[in-house]
Amino acid sequence: MSTIAGTAGGPRDLTALRDAIRSGAISARASVDAYLARAAAHGELNAYHETFADEARAAADAADDAIRRGSHAGPLAGVPIAVKDNIATRAGHTTCSSRMLGNYRSPFESTASARLLDAGAIVLGKTNLDEFAMGSSSERCAWGVIRNPWDRSRVPGGSSGGSAAAVAAGLCAAALGSDTGGSIRQPAALCGIVGLKPTYGRISRWGLVAFGSSLDQIGPLALSVRDAALLYETMAGHDPHDSTCSDRPVERVSESIDESPRLRVGIPRQYRAGNAPAVDAAVERAADCFRRSGATIVDVDLPLTDLGISTYYVIAPAEASSNLARYDGIRYGHRAAGADLFEIYARSRAEGFGEEVQRRIMLGTWVLSAGYHDAYYVRALKVRRRITMEFDAAFASCDVLLGPTTPTPAFPIGGRTDPLSMYMCDVYTVNTNIAGICGMSLPAGTDASEGTALPIGIQLQAQAFAEPTLLRAARILERDGGCSAALAPQCA
Amino acid sequence: MGDDSRISNDDVRHVARLARIALPESRIEAMAADLRAIVAHIDKLSSADVDGLEPMARPSATVNRLADDVPGPSMPVEDLLRNAPDVEGDYLAVPKVIGGDSA
Repeated sequence: MSTIAGTAGGPRDLTALRDAIRSGAISARASVDAYLARAAAHGELNAYHETFADEARAAADAADDAIRRGSHAGPLAGVPIAVKDNIATRAGHTTCSSRMLGNYRSPFESTASARLLDAGAIVLGKTNLDEFAMGSSSERCAWGVIRNPWDRSRVPGGSSGGSAAAVAAGLCAAALGSDTGGSIRQPAALCGIVGLKPTYGRISRWGLVAFGSSLDQIGPLALSVRDAALLYETMAGHDPHDSTCSDRPVERVSESIDESPRLRVGIPRQYRAGNAPAVDAAVERAADCFRRSGATIVDVDLPLTDLGISTYYVIAPAEASSNLARYDGIRYGHRAAGADLFEIYARSRAEGFGEEVQRRIMLGTWVLSAGYHDAYYVRALKVRRRITMEFDAAFASCDVLLGPTTPTPAFPIGGRTDPLSMYMCDVYTVNTNIAGICGMSLPAGTDASEGTALPIGIQLQAQAFAEPTLLRAARILERDGGCSAALAPQCA
Repeated sequence: MGDDSRISNDDVRHVARLARIALPESRIEAMAADLRAIVAHIDKLSSADVDGLEPMARPSATVNRLADDVPGPSMPVEDLLRNAPDVEGDYLAVPKVIGGDSA
């Protein structure tokens, strides 16, 4: 019996693997060994920066022992996961795929990963990303480009490309990512899996290396909606280490995921422009599935959709330029030689940061500089309020918004060289972060118009803290609309 | 906005200095071109009607809870210094700061 979730003859997802481990049908050790072997065999994907083979095997043996003795095993006992390398772990390094932090070892564990470890999960290793989570293709990783398991000549999306590739190739049962403007949902879409960006403040950001502090959120990439729900509810909830983390109670939804709410599904007309034909068709199929389930489909107007990228590329770089000021070569990170402090700072940052990170720091510094602060930064914050108000108005007439996650499937590596064309990948995802609401991407079939079959992602969005509705709506599409994740064909 | 968004090579040198990035002279021109293209796109913001709106620095549902000021355990100094590029005893080592520093 295969011990890899999603393979032929194996458990279908992380939850099924968890159940098999708990019942003794599969040993955690056998599963961890199989995952580590696959991770090593698929090194060409460059999904992992490092794996923790010894620690993972020891943790698996301990989980098997606990289960055999009948002692209390956590809800994720023995389940192998991966963690994006911008999330602090005590095991191994936390590099953010940057030369700046190539040798950095975190002195503490992030709250999100700590809660998964406490629940019994086993961290197999850290996954590669676009440096400091700035990118939509995972080509801007200091440790090399990451490849899409569906077609190795194409990008897996970004910035959580390593996590998405690892899940889609069966190199872990699920993974953590972070999403500042689409960095969980877009790679999930391009790799044919499920990705959830929770509400801002729902999961603690303690230990998530800061990029855009008013936008960043940790979330799961997974093989099923119930897996995403299980990981989400395990991580969510109040944390004294993050003052922006909400203390609202977390409704557990993984075990009642099939309770189908009577839904009103809004389709913004602005989400229908400029998409690949197969992407529009996937959204139509999802709408039909919702109609068959008894949902009402509502036309929604979000005229500011188009301003999202402009707003995001003021706010996110502004926050990044401030957050990344901490990398000065003094307390940690790369230090270049210099005669005085200024020279140490400036040379360390020139050597340690890659081109895109430097570009965003420059852009953020410029929009915050004297003479431009009001015209760009303050104006963007006002547009942010309008975008939020527009979502509020939309959610008065519907419970979830349906649309594409990305306008097109995965593009070839090297296919988008100018920064703006890369930024446009996130046209449907940035506004979720700008407003701080929740969103998720679901696999919705494939597009074979360019030869190989490439996954299509559709996105659902819901109001702040409406994850239970969001997840149950997603479950309808998964169960009745063919929106179920599968490992990439060559990996199944 | 308009003409303000023309970012010159000198502007790039100035911003690089503010950002503490020793951008080599060979990359100034390309950076200026990139920033001009991005700012030309961002200029779409000027078309939005934002009259009477307050700036929104963070999502509206955000809490910002103040913690009680109670001493708790700190991280061990040796854990924190483990990542430091240069250390003397329990201190971070840097070049002489007082006198002659241009920063």
